[in-house]
Amino acid sequence: MKTSELKKVDIIFDCVQCAPIEVVKKSLAMHPDEIIEQIISSGLRGRGGAGFPTGLKWKLAKEEVSDQKYVICNADEGEPGTFKDREILDLVPNKVLAGMAICAYVIGATEGFIYLRNEYNFLLKKLIPTLENFNKNLQEIGLDFTIKLFSGSGAYICGEESALFESMEGKRGEPRNKPPYPTRNGYKGKPTVINNVETLVYCNMIMRIGVEPFKQLGTKDSRGSKVFSVSGDTTKAGIYELELGIGVDEFVNEFGNGDTKAVQIGGASGFCVPRKDFANKIIGFEGVPTGGSMMIFNSSRSMYNILKDYLEFFVEESCGQCTPCRVGTQQLLKGIEAVKHGEMPSSYLNQLMKLSETMKVASKCGLGQSVPNAFSSIVKNFKEEMIY
Amino acid sequence: MIQTENLLHELIEKHGNTRDGLLPILQGVVAKENYLSEPRMVEIAKALNISSAEVYGTASFYTYLFTKPMGKNVIRVCKTISCKMAGKQEIIKAIEKTLKIKVGETTRDKNFTFIETNCLGWCHKGPVMIINDEVYPEITPERAVEILCEMDPKHLSKF
Repeated sequence: MKTSELKKVDIIFDCVQCAPIEVVKKSLAMHPDEIIEQIISSGLRGRGGAGFPTGLKWKLAKEEVSDQKYVICNADEGEPGTFKDREILDLVPNKVLAGMAICAYVIGATEGFIYLRNEYNFLLKKLIPTLENFNKNLQEIGLDFTIKLFSGSGAYICGEESALFESMEGKRGEPRNKPPYPTRNGYKGKPTVINNVETLVYCNMIMRIGVEPFKQLGTKDSRGSKVFSVSGDTTKAGIYELELGIGVDEFVNEFGNGDTKAVQIGGASGFCVPRKDFANKIIGFEGVPTGGSMMIFNSSRSMYNILKDYLEFFVEESCGQCTPCRVGTQQLLKGIEAVKHGEMPSSYLNQLMKLSETMKVASKCGLGQSVPNAFSSIVKNFKEEMIY
Repeated sequence: MIQTENLLHELIEKHGNTRDGLLPILQGVVAKENYLSEPRMVEIAKALNISSAEVYGTASFYTYLFTKPMGKNVIRVCKTISCKMAGKQEIIKAIEKTLKIKVGETTRDKNFTFIETNCLGWCHKGPVMIINDEVYPEITPERAVEILCEMDPKHLSKF
């Protein structure tokens, strides 16, 4: 058992007396290209899960010529096991808004939206006045940018950026074909930067504390820190900001309660890491990526039940638009049930693996493409639990 | 009826009569009338100059936009794995017993509808129950019953 303590980071929730609007003011004195250069050199990648380089996203949107551009904050947090965006919006909403304002200045947007999942409507009571106040502050410092709120209506898929645009346009939340990407053809067909809540706070913080303190954390491919949502079999469930690139073993030593069998990293669409791999996997984009969801499972938990739960989730949340995902999710669920009940031989699991691989290449969006992550990592590592 | 027309009128005034106003309009109707009735969806379609199939198609995609009559209060209990591990089944049993309905049903007096939902974002404080917009993290069966009885004392007598 290692005794080294995990390094806790305090960037997102730090309460240094520095109004986020001051950071916007400071940024307005810089050239947009200079800001882009700083965000790029910080190595910041999207914190929603997909990990696209944030600075590059801003650069692409800035380069587009358009009469109208948008900045959207993706607060449709719905990945099972993730709850950090809720906490961020609750505790430090001004930092999120400031991140949006800096982005608006950089790309030349005059309108922004927070797409808030309906399940978080209770936040509105505080968020609406905060937002009104912030919009007023923006006017005072002379930035022509207004942020509005848009409430979701309960659909996991709307966290997918193009489905989110469709939803805002009053349609079913069905993902679009890509390319074109949002930076060219986003909300209402206009260049749009859509960033996760946490990403926007890091942008704001990088502009405040500088690139170096951020860059010193993490690894070459996963710079900085990240907010983790820890749940499951742990006595320390909650929200923690940790350096990226830590070993899964370090994580388990800190949060596990001594009997950890597996950690599901990245929620239902993420990967399951079994005990035998704790020592050789790191948490980060070059290892096991995560949007923040960290679920810890003890030996007493049935991995079959866990996989079944994830598949039921996907069956319900698949938008149904493309066949590989709509039918694939249902067949995977039926398949593991059939094997478990002895209606199909255990070799049927291999066929299901092939199906999941097909879903990965043939599904239209990230939902269907990531179902195989949990499926294959659980089936491969806990095959006997799937059968007996 | 007149009141409904007023409601729709108000919502359109606020969100516009273009397609991108559709979701807020539907949300506004659900907030006032608990669900989207067929005549209401047809009215909305007319006002926005789109087909009523488009309105229904959109509404039926979202779990918060009910197209069937719902109770005045909607109780949601998270069914995702962390809440399951934290004992959401006990909460469900307690609510079912108190309201004498099953998951997915509405009480006869139309006061409560009870549903299970996917991850509500309170995994570290499960099990979680949400009634309308009010969140109750780390809920116990006893506390759940207490809250329901506070909202509707007629269920009190049964315990």
